[in-house]
Amino acid sequence: MIEAIQAQRLRVQLGDHLALSEVSFSLPTGAFAAVIGPNGGGKSTLLKTLLGLIPYQGELIVLGQPPAVVDSGRTGYVPQAKNWNRGFPAQAQELVATGIYRRWPFFIAPRDRPKVLTALSIVGASSLARKPLSHLSGGELQRVYLARALVRQPDLILLDEPATGIDVVGEIDLYRVLETYQRQSGATILMVTHDLEVAAHHATSVLLINQKLWAYGSPTEVLIEANLAQAFGHSGHPHIGSFNV
Amino acid sequence: MFELLTFGFMQRALVAGVIVGLITSYLGIFVVQRNLSFLGEGLAHAALGGIAIGVLTGSQPTWVALPFAVAVALLIVFLQDYGLLSGDAIIGVVFSVAMAGGVVLLSQAPTYNQDLSTYLFGSILSVGPLDLWTLLGTLILVAMAIPLWGRWSYATFDPELAAADRIPVRRDSYLLAGLIAVVVVVSIKVVGIVLTSACLVIPAASARLLASNFRNMTWLALLLGLLSAPLGLAASYLSDAPSGATMVLVQGAFFALALAGRRKS
Repeated sequence: MIEAIQAQRLRVQLGDHLALSEVSFSLPTGAFAAVIGPNGGGKSTLLKTLLGLIPYQGELIVLGQPPAVVDSGRTGYVPQAKNWNRGFPAQAQELVATGIYRRWPFFIAPRDRPKVLTALSIVGASSLARKPLSHLSGGELQRVYLARALVRQPDLILLDEPATGIDVVGEIDLYRVLETYQRQSGATILMVTHDLEVAAHHATSVLLINQKLWAYGSPTEVLIEANLAQAFGHSGHPHIGSFNV
Repeated sequence: MFELLTFGFMQRALVAGVIVGLITSYLGIFVVQRNLSFLGEGLAHAALGGIAIGVLTGSQPTWVALPFAVAVALLIVFLQDYGLLSGDAIIGVVFSVAMAGGVVLLSQAPTYNQDLSTYLFGSILSVGPLDLWTLLGTLILVAMAIPLWGRWSYATFDPELAAADRIPVRRDSYLLAGLIAVVVVVSIKVVGIVLTSACLVIPAASARLLASNFRNMTWLALLLGLLSAPLGLAASYLSDAPSGATMVLVQGAFFALALAGRRKS
């Protein structure tokens, strides 16, 4: 099987802080992987490294190429912190259109408008198309970002805590949309989450990361108390102990 | 009043005002959205250092101030990138030192008071053909950057998303800062050091109050920048006040109207 991501002894240094060290794994095309680990353990750093945003040492191949030269149109990214400029006058449909144009759209061409509206419809956000982003709730914003990632029909989707700010119904919708897209397109999904239940029920494989890769495999192999206690340290994850795969 | 337009100096003033209105308001949309207002202010003041060197060495002050201000702009962005201090602290330090140097140097010139006043408050009615060509050249330079609108807007919206889409965010920041420096320096002759940053900020800020998206904000800022020149000149003629100041007052009136319009809606 062709690998979507191959990392060999990946090491990422952010200033004085060693964010990732000796991380090696291969993720096959079509996998739905969850990245779990404690806060500050390097999960988001891994995603940004895969996007080509952060320099690294070691070997890293994403969709057959080093991350910095991968055609960004093949990757859909849903960031965790919506660090967009809150004062920027933007409509939801314009943000989705950046998924097609890879720049801010001066206008959305008639041939692209159906794609934008379809992407918004897939995530259940058709009514938001012309709404200013500043008027959207956290959950609505998350849907629009997901539509932006999907509109380019990516081969790889990278999501950073996509359920943040979403209610339970919205979260179920989110995973349904991702799984449907994956079934139809054969895309690979890598999702950072703090929710072990989600990792257990939606992911085909799990990476347990805290600076280094503590465990990698199927949810049943990785999500065991010994692994989690090691990676999360003595204080542990709130779900450890009560958690069953 | 219209017979004034038969005078060459008035025609040049009008063209110069319109060009300054357009180039400052266009870059102003990025200045306002990226919270760079203080950069514009700082560069205008720092340019005095370059102008002073020009006056003292007998060179065209604008030609000395241009590379000087661009160098200061790039230095500010570089120091911001380096992350030692916050952006406004860096701008505060660099521009104060450059301006203080400019005042000390200019004080050595025999025409100190006259020179300082011209550069602080501008002198649109004394715009000569060379100034006009310089402004036209800058207008072309800014027009050449228009294809970058989508890139700059994207990075203004969210630099990380833009970088993930392979937009050279850092390089573009330098480019934008350099262009702001050029626009600031060539605008000094028309509206003066003190009011140049107002032209960068006020039309774009007014447009921001009314526009529902960034494209409309761009058009509206350009329109307000464009209109402020003829209206400001007319107000200057009628009130016998300095035209740089009346231009900015017209922009201030636009801002008040935009604020009122926004409150109504």
